[in-house]
Amino acid sequence: MDLELSEDQKLFRNTTAKFLDDKLPVEKVRELNKAGGGFPAELWEQGAELGWAALLVPEDLGGGSISGNGFQDLAIVAEEFGRLVTPAPLIPVNTVIAGLVEGAATGADHSETIEGLMSCELVGAWAAYEPKGHWDPLNPSTTAAKNGGNYVITGVKDRVEAGDVAGVFLVSAKTENGVALFMVPADAAGVTTELVDSLDFTRHHALVRFDGVTVPAEAMVGNESSTAEIVERMFLVANALQCAELNGVINRVFEFTVQWAFDRYSFGRPLASYQALKHRFSDMRTWIEICNATADEAVKAVNNRSADASRLVSVAKAYIGTKSVQIIQDCVQMHGGLGVTWEHDCHLYLRRATTDRQLFGTPADHKRRIADLIGL
Amino acid sequence: MSDQMESVEDFRIRARAWLADNMPKLDPKKEYNTNRVADREWVEHRELQKKLFAGGFAGLCFPKEYGGQGLTLAHQLAFTEESVPYEMPLRLNVPSLSICSGMLLDMGSEEQKQKYLRGAISGEIILCQFLSEPSGGSDLAGLLTRAQRDGDTYVINGQKCWSTYAYAADYATCLVRTDWDAPKHRGLSMIIVPVHDDATHLQRVRMVDGSDEFCEEYFTDLVVPAANLVGTENDGWTVGQRQLFYERQAVGGGSPYTSGRAPSRGSSAGLTLENLAREVGKDKDEATRELVGWQNALDTVNHQLIKRITVGMTSGEYPAMASSMMRLAHAEIPQNKMDAMLEIAGDEAVTSTVEGDGYLRSVGVQYLMRQGASLGGGSAEMSKNMISERVLMMPREMAADRDVPFREIRRGR
Repeated sequence: MDLELSEDQKLFRNTTAKFLDDKLPVEKVRELNKAGGGFPAELWEQGAELGWAALLVPEDLGGGSISGNGFQDLAIVAEEFGRLVTPAPLIPVNTVIAGLVEGAATGADHSETIEGLMSCELVGAWAAYEPKGHWDPLNPSTTAAKNGGNYVITGVKDRVEAGDVAGVFLVSAKTENGVALFMVPADAAGVTTELVDSLDFTRHHALVRFDGVTVPAEAMVGNESSTAEIVERMFLVANALQCAELNGVINRVFEFTVQWAFDRYSFGRPLASYQALKHRFSDMRTWIEICNATADEAVKAVNNRSADASRLVSVAKAYIGTKSVQIIQDCVQMHGGLGVTWEHDCHLYLRRATTDRQLFGTPADHKRRIADLIGL
Repeated sequence: MSDQMESVEDFRIRARAWLADNMPKLDPKKEYNTNRVADREWVEHRELQKKLFAGGFAGLCFPKEYGGQGLTLAHQLAFTEESVPYEMPLRLNVPSLSICSGMLLDMGSEEQKQKYLRGAISGEIILCQFLSEPSGGSDLAGLLTRAQRDGDTYVINGQKCWSTYAYAADYATCLVRTDWDAPKHRGLSMIIVPVHDDATHLQRVRMVDGSDEFCEEYFTDLVVPAANLVGTENDGWTVGQRQLFYERQAVGGGSPYTSGRAPSRGSSAGLTLENLAREVGKDKDEATRELVGWQNALDTVNHQLIKRITVGMTSGEYPAMASSMMRLAHAEIPQNKMDAMLEIAGDEAVTSTVEGDGYLRSVGVQYLMRQGASLGGGSAEMSKNMISERVLMMPREMAADRDVPFREIRRGR
C-alpha cells in the first residue's frame, strides 16, 4: 500500500491481483482446504511468469525486477497474497533464494538451484526451527559431521513451511567450525518428511528428519563465518514479507468489515451509525495506516540494505504482529456470532495472520531484539 | 536570482554551513521541558527567530512576499534535520507559526498578512489562539464570546480559556459570535485582537503537574478595529476550520511551518526509557527490555505515520481529515510511554528518594498529565468522529442544534 508506487509497480500490482482473483479467489482456497490443503503446483508454476520467484535473483542469473527495487516489488506480491490468503510458498522460496544469493560471495556456487527455484519448478524451504525450540536459528542441535569430502547431517527440523512439497531444504547445522547452512535435496537418502497440523487454512508445515544424510561439501551455503550474516538477511526478508502479507490481510478484513457495518441494520439503523462502533473503526483505521507506513519503511530498508534495516524490520514486525490480530479479532466482534462461524471468511484471515505473527520471531521476541539493537 | 528552486541537497549544504556559523550550539545538559517554558526562553527564542529571518532561513514554506522563503516541505525537513544540534526558536512553532500563521496565510487579507504573518516569521510578533471557552471544549462552535459592530470597530465581551502561551503572545486570533439569530456555525467571526489590553484580564491556569502555560482571558468591552476581521463577518467557522486543520497537523507533528525538532511530549531531555531503565538498574530485566523495545517501535512508527500521511495529503490522495489519524497516534503513543516510564521507575516514581533534582519523581508528575495527550489540540474522541465520518464516510452523529437559531439552543448551566 505504498503511496509512492511507480506506474510500473501499480501495473504489476494490478496484474498480480487480477491473476489471483481469477485463479484463486477465497472460495477456491476453501475448496483446497477441503481437499486436504496445500497449494496447487500449477498455480505456483504460472507464478513464475509473473516473476514471483525472480525478483530477488540477480540479473546475470536471469532474474530481475519491475522497478529496479526487487524487494519492494516482491512485497507487492506478498500483500496481494495476504489479501486473498493465497496458499503458495512465496515466503519460503524467496527466503531461500535470498540466502543463496547472500551466500554466493563466501561459498560454493548454487546458481543451478537458484535457477530451479526461479522457474518455480523447484520449491525450496528453510528448515530453521527445531522441535520444542523457539526461534533461535544460530543454535541448532542438528549436526553436520565432516566425512572426507562430505558432510553427514543428523537432526530434526519442524515448522518447515512447504516442507511437504519442497525439493530442497536449506538446513542449519553445527559443524566442527561453527554453524553452517546446507542445501539438502528432499530425495537424498535419510530425509523423511511428515506433515504436521497447521493453523493456516492452506499453508502446510512439516517435520523433517535428517537421519545421517550425506551431502557433498559444496552443499554448504557460504561458510561458517558468513552464516550469521546470511541468516540475518533471510530473517529480514522473511519478516518483511510477513509484514507486507499481514498488511494485505488486515486491509482486506477491514474493507469487508466496514462494508458490513454499512449494510447491517439493527434498531433501524446501520452499525456504522453507532458512535461506540465508529470510534473503534477509527482506531482500527489509524492502526492500519501505521501498519502500512511501517511495513513500507521496513521493505524499503531491506531493499536498500539500510544500516538501520534490522531495527526497522523488528519495529514493523513487533507493531504489525501485535496490531494485526487485534484488528482482526475486533472485526470478528463487529460481525457478531457470524464472525466465529466456519462459513465466514474472518477465520481464514485470522489463521494466516496468527501464523505470520508467531513465526520468525513473535512480537515479544522482536521487542527484545529492538532493545538489543538500540544498545540497552 | 534565477527562478529555478534550489535543490534540497544544495539547500541542505548551504543550511548546514549557515547554522554552524550563526546558531548557538545546543547544550546537551540544558533541559527542554515540553510542559514548562522558562521566561528567558521567550526572549531568547524571539532573538533566534530574528537570526533565522536575517539569514533567510525563517518560514521556509511561507511565500517570499510575506517574509518566507517559498520552499517545499522537503527543504523544511532537511533544515530541521540539520538544525538538531543547535538552539532553535522551538517555542514559536506552535501555535504562532504552524497554526495562526498558517491560517492567516490562507484566510487573511493582504494587509493582515503583511503585518501579522510577516511579523510572526520575522520574530517581531508572537501569535496565539483564543478559541475554547469554559462552556464547552469539543463543541467549539457553541462559543458565547460576543463581538458587536460599532462603526469602524468591534466591541468584544466574554471569556476564553486553554489559550496556550497567550501570556507571551502579542496578538490572538479570536473566534467570536457576531450573529445570535443564525444557527451556531453561521454566526461566528474570526477577529485578530491584541493580547495585552486594559480591557482584557489575562491569568495563567495552573495544571496538575504544576505547569502554567495555558491562560484564560476575560474581555470587558475590548475594542478592536473592524479591519481586524479575518475573512467575512459570520463566516468565522470557515476560518476557524482552517485554523483547526493547522492545529491537528501541528499537534500530530506534520506541520510544514515548524522549524527544528522538539522532544516529544512526555519526555524531557535525557529522560528516555533506556536511561530510566539503567538508572533504576532494570536494564537487564526482560520485561523492562520488552517495554523499552516496544516504545522504540511506537516512536518509530509514529514518525513513519506522519511521513506517510503528509505524503498522502500533499498528493491529494488523502482528505485533510486524515490528519486526525496523526492526532490519534499522538495520544496513544505518548500515553504508552508514560505508562512504561511509570512501570520502569517502579516504587521510585512517587517520592523524591534521589538526592538533588528528584529526577525519578518527575516520572510520577508527568504521569498526572497523561491524559493531556488525548485532550490538548482537540480530544481524541473528536478525532475518532472525524476519521469515521470524514475518512470512512460513516453517518454523522445526531446534533440537536443543527439549523436552530443560536439563541434558541439549550445550554448547560
